[in-house]
Amino acid sequence: MLEIKNASIGYKGGVLAVQGISFTVKKGEVVSLIGSNGAGKSTVLRAISGLLRPRTGEILLNGEPLHTVPPYDIVRRGVAMVPEGRQLFGRLSVIDNLLMGAYAIDSKQRTQETLETVLALFPRLAERKGQRAETLSGGEQQQLAIGRGLMSQPSLLMLDEPSLGIMPKLVSEIFQTIHEVSKKGVTVLLVEQNVFEALHISDRAYVLQTGRIVLEGRGEELLKSDLVRQAYLGM
Amino acid sequence: MSEQLIQQLVNGLLIGFLYSLIAIGLTMIWGVMNIINFAHGDFLMLSMFISFWLYTLYGLDPIFSIPICTGLLFLLGLLIYKYLVSKVMTGPALAQLVVTFGVSIFIANAAVLLWTPDFKMIEKPLLTGTWSFGTIQLSIPKAVASAGSVLVSLALFLFLRKSKTGKAILATEMNRNSALLMGVNTDRVNALSFAIGSALVGIAGAFLSMYYYIYPGVGGTFGLISFCIVALGGFGSIEGAFIAGILIGIVQTLGGYFFDPAYKYAIVFALYLVTVWIRPQGLLGW
Ligand SMILES: Nc1ncnc2c1ncn2[C@@H]1O[C@H](COP(=O)(O)OP(=O)(O)OP(=O)(O)O)[C@@H](O)[C@H]1O
Ligand SMILES: [Mg+2]
Repeated sequence: MLEIKNASIGYKGGVLAVQGISFTVKKGEVVSLIGSNGAGKSTVLRAISGLLRPRTGEILLNGEPLHTVPPYDIVRRGVAMVPEGRQLFGRLSVIDNLLMGAYAIDSKQRTQETLETVLALFPRLAERKGQRAETLSGGEQQQLAIGRGLMSQPSLLMLDEPSLGIMPKLVSEIFQTIHEVSKKGVTVLLVEQNVFEALHISDRAYVLQTGRIVLEGRGEELLKSDLVRQAYLGM
Repeated sequence: MSEQLIQQLVNGLLIGFLYSLIAIGLTMIWGVMNIINFAHGDFLMLSMFISFWLYTLYGLDPIFSIPICTGLLFLLGLLIYKYLVSKVMTGPALAQLVVTFGVSIFIANAAVLLWTPDFKMIEKPLLTGTWSFGTIQLSIPKAVASAGSVLVSLALFLFLRKSKTGKAILATEMNRNSALLMGVNTDRVNALSFAIGSALVGIAGAFLSMYYYIYPGVGGTFGLISFCIVALGGFGSIEGAFIAGILIGIVQTLGGYFFDPAYKYAIVFALYLVTVWIRPQGLLGW
């Protein structure tokens, strides 16, 4: 479904953050991208969602180039992103944040239906519909960020460190939610520091080190690999 | 309270509502694209002249010129965004400053050249006279302009809070990248915001032309006051600008009443300086 081909990605005036990486995400899979701080994980997701352009290489979605689509149309291709640090609309209410998630959907009825599904998935958000997003707790904000991403009814959902700054009990809840979402047929590309949990729910994973992919494999395989155990699980 | 004082308060409120409308357009443009439109006051002046010439050449009363002024200023805002402002959006801040400053100077000078610096007035507008409530006098054109300003401000507020496009504007203002991720064409939001901001000041100009002097320099005075209001209310805050506009209107009028009218602007700026000293982000800023 998603194919990254030999992509090099950098920031304005900076060196390349990601150098010639290639990977694929197949329909229905949960794929994790793991790596230490500054490895380039967020950079990859930003390029897929159109906020950055690869300097060389290609990003293909179902065989069609995605890296030439304007950033505001990427979500209309079925790709949604839950960005690092939540990036909510702080002074808008919970409901309005969710409705913004469905901005690309023209049908009011479909929006309403998705809204109900999302609120059922996150009952805590349903209780706080009218509250301004910036006044939510960190965990609630993360749920809202995921909910907002789901509102566009994506076929590919990308999540950038959804467990960041959240207490362990909620972290497993969030991973549970991601697992449920994927079971409903949504393909998931996950970036995580919580390597153990991430690999656990992943079909496959790629390990990124200073802008290059150094290892790939099935979730359980990587959990057993020496590199992953030493570098990311501290074992 | 003496009746004279009440009269002054009423006068302050009347001009304050108009100030609010002018400042709301400016603060909205700032909020969405972090650009100060230095030509904002000159847009007001242009709109007043449009109203004046429609009256002088075609006998159209300023009250009927309102939609024309609004539409033309919307168009002007759109063109200036598309051909000037958008070109420097990603450039250095100074370039953005110079662009709108340049537009301001160009419009002001062109107006002097075309229409002379003299004061003009719409001689016989439909709305004239005063309503009397006891000893309180209410100028009819001013009352209508103020009521109209409040209605327009309210309409904008509702548009932003309730409509899908309005929410997209607010969302872009709060987090441009997230808005892009949601599918908002943020460049279009910029253009629309610049155009709406200009249309709002266009409406204010049409209202003002019903009773105020029309001359090329009028933009400078009102422009400066609207910058103060925006800062006082909190950059980008529409509610803040609305409240600050009323506040400035009242302070200015009372200041002119208790001290010398010559000092009324000095008092306004003093209030501004004191506020930003205590609360740099303005009344409702963040
Ligand atoms: N806006 C930016 N401008 C310039 N360089 C950037 C920018 N954002 C990230 N970088 C650089 O790109 C490299 C990769 O950053 P990236 O954010 O992709 O890392 P990451 O793997 O997501 O790390 P983390 O786990 O800390 O989130 C880093 O060296 C970083 O300094
Ligand atoms: Mg990151």
